[in-house]
Amino acid sequence: MKRFDLIIVGAGPSGLSAAIEAAKRGLNVVVFDENEKPGGQLFKQIHKFFGSKEHRAKVRGFVIGQQLLKEADELGVKVVLNATVIGLYQDKEVVVRIGEEVVHYKADAIVIATGAAENMVTFKGWTLPGVIGAGAAQTMMNLHGVKPGNKVLMLGSGNVGLVVSFQLMQCGCEVVALVDAAPRVGGYGVHASKVARCGVPFYLSHTIVEAEGEDHVTGVTIAKVDEKFKFIEGTEKHFDVDTICLAVGLSPMSQLLKMAGCKMEDNPKRGGQVPICDEYGRTSIPGVFVAGDVSGIEEASSAMIEGRMAGVVASEYLGYIEEKERDEELEGLSHALDGLRQGMFAPKNRGKQIEETEEGIPISTNLLQKGYVSDAEIEHFPGVTHVVGVHPVIECTQNIPCNPCQDACKKGCISIGCNITSLPIAVPGSKCIGCGMCVASCSGQAIFLVDEDCGDGTATVTLPYEFLPLPEEGKKGTALGRDGKPVCEAEVVSIKSAKAFDKTNLLTMRVPKEYAMQARFIKFA
Amino acid sequence: MNTVNDRSRDIGPFVPMDDDDMLICRCEEITKGEIRRAVHDGMWTLTEIRRYLRTGMGLCQGQTCSRLVKGIVARELGVSPAELEPATSRVPMRPIEMRVFANEMTEDKEADAV
Repeated sequence: MKRFDLIIVGAGPSGLSAAIEAAKRGLNVVVFDENEKPGGQLFKQIHKFFGSKEHRAKVRGFVIGQQLLKEADELGVKVVLNATVIGLYQDKEVVVRIGEEVVHYKADAIVIATGAAENMVTFKGWTLPGVIGAGAAQTMMNLHGVKPGNKVLMLGSGNVGLVVSFQLMQCGCEVVALVDAAPRVGGYGVHASKVARCGVPFYLSHTIVEAEGEDHVTGVTIAKVDEKFKFIEGTEKHFDVDTICLAVGLSPMSQLLKMAGCKMEDNPKRGGQVPICDEYGRTSIPGVFVAGDVSGIEEASSAMIEGRMAGVVASEYLGYIEEKERDEELEGLSHALDGLRQGMFAPKNRGKQIEETEEGIPISTNLLQKGYVSDAEIEHFPGVTHVVGVHPVIECTQNIPCNPCQDACKKGCISIGCNITSLPIAVPGSKCIGCGMCVASCSGQAIFLVDEDCGDGTATVTLPYEFLPLPEEGKKGTALGRDGKPVCEAEVVSIKSAKAFDKTNLLTMRVPKEYAMQARFIKFA
Repeated sequence: MNTVNDRSRDIGPFVPMDDDDMLICRCEEITKGEIRRAVHDGMWTLTEIRRYLRTGMGLCQGQTCSRLVKGIVARELGVSPAELEPATSRVPMRPIEMRVFANEMTEDKEADAV
């Protein structure tokens, strides 16, 4: 039986990160993954990530995947694909299906980084073809280049539901509604806003009554629910759709750990059945570690740090490094992880109703209920100012751990300060040169360059534009407000695409000056 | 002894519901009504339900329905889903053809496989 120092199950963000840290320290590492491509969910993530530089913020998820793979490869990590781990036995024996055969391997340490699977909800017609997971839709679009449908209804307003809704539109689908039984949008406000301003209506406190169709989905009925999630009669709404996407949470795929005899718990805060483990991923079995979503649902950036922690802890467990080095490494990683677990959406704030920002500004109720900040509310935030000439308008209204905008502006127009969750401030007296780096670097697509008065009765608004084909200069369209409703006519002044913008194009549109602070998107007939 | 294992507890009679014919386990085609009925037949744990009805034993190995089944059983018993012990995890973790399961790689080939 072939032996390794460390066997890792799952080649996603956490598994690869664990492999890199362990291989760096001299361990003989192999990673098994049941998929034909490595990277877990990373290669489906075509949007820019949040965070700070150390978390690879403003880098698109699939690029992070490529970076991890390259690093693992250079360190001699073996990543075996189409290799399904079917069992984890005592004494760290791993049984893997490779091709048409079953192989047994042994390791001195194991990292389980198997991730999570999508949850489903039931309603009449939920088994009809056309009802799919949001993650499945993402796989179809971003990995296989297949359009999941033409008209889509999204159930779930968490980050998955919001991000996938936007990607569906990028892929050319029409998203007819975003629905959630909860009374408030679950995901980041900036993700909601970029979906809402494209014209997608949000239906909070609503859920699906029925998917209609004989042999595939042809329509869907939703209805409002009361506080006890019971349907309110007479509130039904019908949509003609061919696809219903479900983004209703994830469950850890922790069965291997249970099989191996790890102590488990059912912890709703961590997403379901999870191993009992310490902050560095040590389970109840010495030498068996966990990292990423399998030990509690979070997101890719924290999964990568957890993976690195597991790699470091495993290295020390096998004697490749001293305790002192381990503790120093872990201290730095814990600090990075703490940085991500700050702000309104931090795990410790889950389920809490936050009324105001750290700065004491009331949270936009429209944002939570309809997906966009109203024209009146937006004026309360420190990123929104009015000065003569072109200047950034930063519509970032919730405390989230993210700060690339601050570094993007070389002129010092934007400041977040040392607290990564603070709202960005448009620095008074600073001189914007209109380069647009802030617009392109904002992972939430929440920064606009506005010249409120060009002197001829018009204003210009520069917005991040990630749709193809790009419109030509001079093309006329309709400017939409933050609520996605038509505001006025608009004309494309310029389209800028630079390498430094990393595929976020900067579209500048001209609108009558009275609409400078309302027009936030442009739609073409 | 937790509530789930106290079989002397009265959970009331089986009351038919409108959505009893809704499929829950798609692979094995088990409906919500069958699962609820099984609880009243005395199957109070997820392992028992699985053996009795084969829920979660099809192609997806419960990836889709295990959480749903758990919710239905918990509601029928009047307990929180977190109180129900999950069904046993066993090899093989993923569906696998018997001819593959029985086809162990010989040692001379092991080194080349990774």
